[in-house]
Amino acid sequence: MLKVNDIFVNYGGIKALKGINMEIPDGKIITLVGSNGAGKSTTLKAIMHLVNTASGEIIYNDENITKLSTQAITQKGIVLVPEGRHVFAELTVRENLKIGAYLRKDKEGIKKDINMCEELFPILGERRNQLSGTLSGGEQQMLAFARALMTQPKVLMMDEPSLGLAPLVIKDIFNKVKEINKEQHITILLIEQNANAALKIADYGYVMETGTIGLEGTGAELLSNQRVKELYLGKSS
Amino acid sequence: MIVMPTMAVFLQQLCNALLLGSLFALISVGYTMVYGILRLINFAHCDIFMMAMYIAYYSIAVYFVPWYISFIIVIVATALLGIIVEKVAYAPLRKQNAPKISMLISAIGVSYFLENFATVIFSGRPKTFPQIKFFVEGLKIGPVNTLRLCIYVPVITAVIMVILLLLINHTKSGMAMRAISKDLDTSKLMGINVNKTISFTFGVGSAIAAVGSILWGLKYNQITPTLGIMPGFKCFIAAVIGGIGNVKGAVIGGLMLGFIEIMAVTFIPSLTGYKDVFSFVLLIIILLYKPNGILGEKIADKV
Repeated sequence: MLKVNDIFVNYGGIKALKGINMEIPDGKIITLVGSNGAGKSTTLKAIMHLVNTASGEIIYNDENITKLSTQAITQKGIVLVPEGRHVFAELTVRENLKIGAYLRKDKEGIKKDINMCEELFPILGERRNQLSGTLSGGEQQMLAFARALMTQPKVLMMDEPSLGLAPLVIKDIFNKVKEINKEQHITILLIEQNANAALKIADYGYVMETGTIGLEGTGAELLSNQRVKELYLGKSS
Repeated sequence: MIVMPTMAVFLQQLCNALLLGSLFALISVGYTMVYGILRLINFAHCDIFMMAMYIAYYSIAVYFVPWYISFIIVIVATALLGIIVEKVAYAPLRKQNAPKISMLISAIGVSYFLENFATVIFSGRPKTFPQIKFFVEGLKIGPVNTLRLCIYVPVITAVIMVILLLLINHTKSGMAMRAISKDLDTSKLMGINVNKTISFTFGVGSAIAAVGSILWGLKYNQITPTLGIMPGFKCFIAAVIGGIGNVKGAVIGGLMLGFIEIMAVTFIPSLTGYKDVFSFVLLIIILLYKPNGILGEKIADKV
């Protein structure tokens, strides 16, 4: 289980995170919603140690991982699918998957997982020798997703997977998230501006407001919460 | 002003051009690889090249280590030197997310340090690079009188480049290099050991420069602590002309410079004194028409 204890992050003089507390229990789908600039991405980056935390700690399976290197955190089984996909555009689809398996030595397992990814996202199999930069946005998101799965994660964190994608594609990606969570027992931490879609599949959700957690509750609770409705779901009733 | 050379002279100069171009290519890849992965112009590269020549000199001429063993010593020692420079002068800056300009200044500092260090340790008086018969024996092919070196250097260069491209495009380390050169943060997220890969890049670039250094020494004989500067400039130019960050581009750029420099002097002997100018003129012309260099942007295997 992953636990975020009271973390603070500063960008220069700006306080981006002002004491974030979260719990991500094993096997669940947790979502973090909130508007632009609330600090959602920063929270994930802090967990991965891509940004330095000013104070607070990140605990994973009773171990303090706050000061570990990004590489070491990945090795522990936490992986982040970054916002905007960030596939390696000038590497082929297959190479991108292999990069995901960079830390692994089990050749057979890697082969099996590549097959698993290509079954999960058939398009990646069809386009395996194509440069990733030539894929569409949705396909790149699938590739980034698959690439993360290649690291054999226990916790998969996704930053805005729906960004810039067509509604049908978003639905497909969210279905896959659910599928991965159920069938491979991978814990999911999902960041979304598309709060509606995220809260629907989440077991538990956190609502962020400029550097703090404003609200939390089960997906259903938050969906019916008046404040959340007004602020993030675009419904005034 | 233009003098038509005889066929024999022309062929001989063609050999020289190929030789010089190959030497440039061997040094250029070091610039281009480091730039590709760190976006840093490693000004110290030309001095690492110079240090390699001194290491070769001491190993062969002073300690009488057989040349083939010396070559291995030089290559390994130079690779280590490249890695040490990175660890001492660049890695601490990277760790603190220093701006790129600080790294550049650090590189210039290392460059001056190595030149002065060499002056203190080896003295500024020129030393003569040992002649190894195997390489510098005369060779006569038809009307062309040349050295064995003229055949060996391009062949050695070609072999090294093929190995390097295989390394970059078909190994795990090469894949990591390509990944880091494109997206540092995402590479970290994939668990790629960034520091190790960067060290590896410096090691490979320096090792290839070491090969260039030995061959350069065999051809031009004289060693001084500032000897790296001019070839360093030209090879950096070669890397830019080819499209910096691109290994194939560096090879093409190096060969082009070698040909221009030799051929200009062959056809217009009155310009011999200006031969160093040609590289710079070529750079300006190419950058006017292709600002990204010949292979810049288009080709995917940047490192």
